[in-house]
Amino acid sequence: MTAINEEGPDKDLPTKRRPLVTPKTHHGPASATMPSSRIGYSGCNGLLKHQRRAAWLFLAVPGLFFIVFTAVPFVVALAVSLTDYSIVEAPKWLGLQNYAEIVHDPYFWTAIRNTVYYTALFVPLGLIVSLGTALLLNRNTAVAKVFRTFFYIPVVSSSVATATIWYWVLNPQKGLLNAVLGWFGIHGPAWLYDSHWAMIAIVIMNVWAGFGTNMIIFLGGLQGVPNNLREAARLDGANAFQIFWHVVVPSISPTLFLVTTQLIIGAFQVFDQAYILTKGGPGNSTVTIVYYIYDRGFGALRMGYASALSFVLFAIIFVFSLINMRITNREAS
Amino acid sequence: MNEHYIAVAGARPGTNTVRHTVGVVLWWIAACLISVMTVAPLLWTLATSFKPAGEILRNALSFIPQSPTFSNYVQAFTTVPFARYFVNTLIVAFGGVVCNLFLGSMAGYALAKLEFRGRHAVFMVYLASMMIPSIVTMIPTFLVLRHMPLVGGNDITGDGGMGLINTYWAVILPGAAGAFAVFFMKQFFESIPDELGEAARVDGASEFQIFLRIYLPLARSGLAVLGLLTFQSGWNNFLWPLIVLNDPDMMTVQVGLAGFTNNYSTDYGPLMAGTVVTMLPVLLLFLFSQRWIVQGIAHTGGK
Repeated sequence: MTAINEEGPDKDLPTKRRPLVTPKTHHGPASATMPSSRIGYSGCNGLLKHQRRAAWLFLAVPGLFFIVFTAVPFVVALAVSLTDYSIVEAPKWLGLQNYAEIVHDPYFWTAIRNTVYYTALFVPLGLIVSLGTALLLNRNTAVAKVFRTFFYIPVVSSSVATATIWYWVLNPQKGLLNAVLGWFGIHGPAWLYDSHWAMIAIVIMNVWAGFGTNMIIFLGGLQGVPNNLREAARLDGANAFQIFWHVVVPSISPTLFLVTTQLIIGAFQVFDQAYILTKGGPGNSTVTIVYYIYDRGFGALRMGYASALSFVLFAIIFVFSLINMRITNREAS
Repeated sequence: MNEHYIAVAGARPGTNTVRHTVGVVLWWIAACLISVMTVAPLLWTLATSFKPAGEILRNALSFIPQSPTFSNYVQAFTTVPFARYFVNTLIVAFGGVVCNLFLGSMAGYALAKLEFRGRHAVFMVYLASMMIPSIVTMIPTFLVLRHMPLVGGNDITGDGGMGLINTYWAVILPGAAGAFAVFFMKQFFESIPDELGEAARVDGASEFQIFLRIYLPLARSGLAVLGLLTFQSGWNNFLWPLIVLNDPDMMTVQVGLAGFTNNYSTDYGPLMAGTVVTMLPVLLLFLFSQRWIVQGIAHTGGK
């Protein structure tokens, strides 16, 4: 979270001046807004009171939306997870029984295994591709901008469009991918119809569809790498890899952290392609956690059980976010 | 020009021309190869959408249809009411844009420019809420919409009917004041100087006037970026419309296309035609506004 403020120091936007306290430290986003510029007004109680009232008025409607569509659903989800509820009948109190059932649910563990497998492939690959393309395009030329557009274009396609396009590209007999592999004498697998390859196909699809966004974020981060440091390292005889590892990586570590965290959080929520293309198959090989939650909740109408599952997912994502935050904070201090 | 040394860091122009040339050639090869990987599937989809059924099977790989035809598009539009889906999706996407611009800038402004106790806490709550996976609140949000009092046949206690389920509101309202919009606009307002508002405040302008007359016009470019990103995500949204819209007349293009994939999975021609139609608005929007979108993403570091 702290990394977000480090991101683009407003330079692309029509700034008259930066905020007085620029967020250079890791004290959290709010430190950036400490009103040091307004100390002169602190004695002016009338104005402050006026502002306070105005602030809550401004926040009233957005706040109401937040309460109705985020806070209340969150609390209700927790409550529903302790019941047996099928929408058509009134909820029955179960206590922690749903959570106990999860532990012994073989499909849950299948979903966990599949999702972890997906995450283990998707996060490193997504990171390498997006950082690699950003390094490739990190130059201020018109040609680089044209390539940036080409690289980014898949992001525009929705998950459904991505799925249908790749459904055709991955066709075992007529598809583009196996044809290209054939040129190199490789007999391509049946992809979505093969339980060993279906998840890998979804990884490829999602890296293709999503890396452009992270590439842009990395390009923003790379702008902040001091050129004189790079130059100094080169004069000292450092090679390209050493410069990358000792100069570039430390400078973009907040961005690296942000992108990694978002990739992990996103990876644990993979759903759309598994729903559209494989329906969890073949042989349950693409049943992911969110797919299983959707299936229990809206397929089997077991809302209580599905809610309990979703809190297990929340716990997993929460732990990952905390670990990541701890690592970044340690590096910063 | 620092054009050279990034491709082959270590080789400085002039000191080692051979290495430098090799670097430039490798750079072009890599950039072109990746471009082919990102663009070719889309061009192939476009080509397939214009091929007659026989040619798709016979000549699957070619990127140029031998006897181009519109029949796939005709079939896509007659078997699936894509025109209707188009209108539905436009309504929910635009509704989302309007709500997010309005509510996001109000909340973002308060968090960026107004002083009040609890500002830090409110902001932290918004940030923390971005960590909640959407599937957690999905079922209860569905229940909240279904039991919304006094609408859709519901009585005052929220029972009796379907509430807002199967209406455009069911898609628009839950994301109407998204945490991302609030966060984005807060960041943007912080980049505008405080002095402007303070001067007006001393002159006796009301807080709402200061917001509306001074800061909002200055935030135009931020609003444009947020609007573009919100439209794109609204147009491409899949899971939520799938859950809250059951009536075939209410479906969005993404849900319609996904249904098409299931029911006509071997009719590649019409399927690809449907995909092209679904992608076109966002693709055009992107091509005309890519500079802003790229700036917006680099600015906030998130989609």
